[in-house]
Amino acid sequence: MTTKIRIATTSLAGCFGCHMSLLDLDERLVALADIIEFDRSPLTDIEHCTNCDIGLIEGGVCNSENVHVLREFRKNCKILVAVGACAITGGLPAMRNFIPLEECLAEAYIDGIGVENAQIPSDPELPLLLDKVRPLHEVVKIDYFLPGCPPSADVFWTFLNDLIAGREPSLPYECVHYD
Amino acid sequence: MTKTIRIDGNTIPFEEGQTIIEAATAAGIYIPHLCHHPEFTPHGSCKLCTVNVNGRNCSACTFPAMEGQQVLNNSQELKADRQKITQMLFVEGNHFCPSCEKTGNCQLQAVAYHLNMLDSHFPHFYAQRELDASHAEVLIDHNRCIFCNLCVRASQEHDGKEVFAISGRGINKHLIVNSDSGLLKDTDLEASDLAAHICPTGAIIIKHTGYQVPIGERLYDQHQIDQVSLAAEQSK
Repeated sequence: MTTKIRIATTSLAGCFGCHMSLLDLDERLVALADIIEFDRSPLTDIEHCTNCDIGLIEGGVCNSENVHVLREFRKNCKILVAVGACAITGGLPAMRNFIPLEECLAEAYIDGIGVENAQIPSDPELPLLLDKVRPLHEVVKIDYFLPGCPPSADVFWTFLNDLIAGREPSLPYECVHYD
Repeated sequence: MTKTIRIDGNTIPFEEGQTIIEAATAAGIYIPHLCHHPEFTPHGSCKLCTVNVNGRNCSACTFPAMEGQQVLNNSQELKADRQKITQMLFVEGNHFCPSCEKTGNCQLQAVAYHLNMLDSHFPHFYAQRELDASHAEVLIDHNRCIFCNLCVRASQEHDGKEVFAISGRGINKHLIVNSDSGLLKDTDLEASDLAAHICPTGAIIIKHTGYQVPIGERLYDQHQIDQVSLAAEQSK
């Protein structure tokens, strides 16, 4: 039986930039791989998370599927972390919050330049959009926040090492950026 | 004999008529602030400079220094209060740092960095705010206005104009400009006015200059706001 620390990751309304930044740990990932293993994550293709120690979530909440995934993470991760500007503030996807949803959809699927066979997608498989994009902490309890667009690899490194060592995580000044 | 106050246990001299923040700055002690500016009449609105004087909280930028005051500035409680105040400023407006050209040079952001603010804690308002891009050289993005009144004071007290004012109350408070059309282009604001440069956030910015300095090499990417602020204000 493994005693490795289990980490799940996902991107909700995000761009995967935060995941790319996690991969920027480069050779430090090798050291990390001795003590952690990935559960549900775009890196593993595992579909659902179970009994994880840490959940890293990138992106805000923009549709019904995001809400379900976020709740699944909250239920199955001891420590849930909002990673990056979108997860913490809604970020750039939240800039649609100032435009009524109907107008957003019409602009993209009805009135947009070059649109053929104009119709609002309505396949029942598609998750419904929320009226506003929300940060994670407005939907579930979040334990830690890693700001940045994206947070640098050093932020992930500092945070994970603190957490794994049993220290209260803290980010020094040079690790705190919102851009 | 020199009159003194004590800030966090340190004895600080002051001159009659000085506020607590002025005495502190002269002594090299940083008290976080956004609406305070040594050149202009104190406004006391942002509340970031809240200190504890003889057991009661008050704004260091408006409260006069008086003989024998016991001032707390760097307590855990005040730091927590200031962080909450900063978070409220962030959620009240629309501060999307990754898409703001003021990022790295923004005092609101720098104060938040200084206070180690990692999240916005409160629900975001996502308030509907307007943009005024009518002026050829200066842009107003109301999304980023924190109502510090610095542009209002700079226009009146330094530029000898009355370009800006704060109108409305409470949640309806907003920045207005002095023209019949309500547009910045019809005011007498010039890009060389101090009022066009004094905004601590990205609410009033000079056009065509946004990315001359790359992100990562900007003022608060390199220096903490306490050092920048003390250096600037002690030279005044």
